[in-house]
Amino acid sequence: MIFACIHGTSADLAQLPQIAAAFSPSFEQTAPDTIVFRIDGLQRLHGSPREIAEAIAKHAGSKINVAIAETADAAIIAARNFPGITVAPNLNDLDVSTLPLTEEIAQVFESWGIYTLDQLAELPENGLAERFGPHGVYLQQLARGAIHRPLKIFQPETTYEDRIELDHPVSLLEPLLFLIARLLNDQCARLLSNAMAANEVTIRLELEDGSNHDRTEHTRTLRLPVPMRESKSLLKLLQMDLEAHPPTAPTIAIALTLKPVHPRTVQTGIFLPVTPAPDKLELTLARIRGIVGENNVGIPQLLDTHHPHPFTLVPSPPILNPQSPIPGRQAFRYFNPPLHATIDLINNRPVRLSAPGIHGKVLHAAGPWRTSGDWWTTTAWNRDEWDIALSNGALYRIYSDPQWFIEGSYD
Amino acid sequence: MNPNAARVTTLGLRPDAKLRECLPTGIASIDALLTVDALLTQGQAQGFPRGAISEIIGPESSGRTTLVHSLLAASTAQLEICAYVDTDGSFDPVSAAAAGVALSQLVWIRCGHNAGHALKAADYLLHAGGFGVIVLDLCQVPPRISNRIPISYWYRFRRAIENTPTILALAEKEPVAKSCAALMLDLQRKKTVWTGAPGFSLLREVELEAASRKPVRPVTAQFKAKVLG
Repeated sequence: MIFACIHGTSADLAQLPQIAAAFSPSFEQTAPDTIVFRIDGLQRLHGSPREIAEAIAKHAGSKINVAIAETADAAIIAARNFPGITVAPNLNDLDVSTLPLTEEIAQVFESWGIYTLDQLAELPENGLAERFGPHGVYLQQLARGAIHRPLKIFQPETTYEDRIELDHPVSLLEPLLFLIARLLNDQCARLLSNAMAANEVTIRLELEDGSNHDRTEHTRTLRLPVPMRESKSLLKLLQMDLEAHPPTAPTIAIALTLKPVHPRTVQTGIFLPVTPAPDKLELTLARIRGIVGENNVGIPQLLDTHHPHPFTLVPSPPILNPQSPIPGRQAFRYFNPPLHATIDLINNRPVRLSAPGIHGKVLHAAGPWRTSGDWWTTTAWNRDEWDIALSNGALYRIYSDPQWFIEGSYD
Repeated sequence: MNPNAARVTTLGLRPDAKLRECLPTGIASIDALLTVDALLTQGQAQGFPRGAISEIIGPESSGRTTLVHSLLAASTAQLEICAYVDTDGSFDPVSAAAAGVALSQLVWIRCGHNAGHALKAADYLLHAGGFGVIVLDLCQVPPRISNRIPISYWYRFRRAIENTPTILALAEKEPVAKSCAALMLDLQRKKTVWTGAPGFSLLREVELEAASRKPVRPVTAQFKAKVLG
């Protein structure tokens, strides 16, 4: 194997990957100023190794060092220390400081009188291993030019952002989705090839503004609870979002951006019950949100408060967190909103109740239970609660605030 | 000749009929009431049948929601994801959590008093698949509206969940799924226990009774529900 290394000055660092890519599709960027790649297949095209090196230097057009050696590390050391073109370099006389030495090892080498790579290569390997461990052996291998390793191939950073300009403005959603699907398919294929998924999708529609030539933008961002890369699912989510929040004018350009993240990995078990697939569940919940409203779908969460409604609905996907069932606990149902009631009192105790659809004599009443709180906020409450058994056979919780309401029933 | 004819007994039971998988509620008397004696098959099954529609009916304060919470608690304890389609915004997460329902495993959908939206939401959930229990709460929907739900909806729902482990539990005043339901439990409150002296009493406990109207059982199940302090 033959390797070429190019080492550039600070002025042309950005050009180095393009120079390397002109000669080999796979190369290692060892440092911002150093790139190494194989040139085995170039001999038929350019000739001898020296001619290849000259071709590289000519292509670079600026002052760079080119070194050709049998190992990648030898080529790197040569390119960093010999100006111009170097083929099959003799590294024997190079100073040991050209190697990646720690300060401690450098002091020891100086005390031993080891100044060149040739002297280091001559030292007994076992002795170096005893004194410096694996790093000492590695340094000697470097000095001998005996390290044969595969290259760490440079992967350019993939961007997940596409934009298309339309010839004619599109005002309907269906043809717009057709174009969005094209962008999504490309980006999802890119995600798949890089083993990534997206947890955020941003679509920016540039809209035609009839009054002047300025463009207005309609931007929607979907934050996904689980990373996804199926273009069909993402398209459906975008469709439902655009249906709920349509652009106000015809679209003349579309820009789509995905935020790449590592896909979720889940260890499933044979004996675990089946749960909804995360992407399918998200799609289902998005559909339901389209019917009942965005703030009406989620998981219930209890709040640390004595408020009469100590819970909220959080728009996040369900998470497994099992608890032990406690059978035989009386449930409560709320009337939403609470029913306004008319209560007849005798000795400050309710004796008769009348509300829309509910009438009856109070057979038993327990209370009043006075609760109040949050008086320092705008959501303060202060009320007297009663549990009552009505002659219609139901158990209710009523409260006065100071008007009377039926909060709900025990069911 | 019908090849199945020989398998039909005088009781109308097929010996090779498969026993449905069931989900016990955790309330011993209810589970005993719902025990399917497998005379012609192996073993027993207790609880609500999976892959079928179950109706829990009764008047107000009859224990419908208590039973629904027990069912949800049993399901979430088995690491299942459940859904509560709340037609009238009446769900109380506090009493559900007290019954042991893992709230983080429960998808709560508030439908804003719209039974049509509730049916559509239930339809999407059933067809998404993978849920343990889906509760469709129609308790506060007036019978004049719930009786107008086309029967085709229930056939569609039954078809969507058969051969799956999902239970569709309907909580309501009067039966709506009727022939599409595999189980119909009729609940009523028998007794309310108040403690303390008159004038200073406290609601402590409710005694409830469940009767199975489908399949018809000659016995009923009694169970108690403690009120949160």
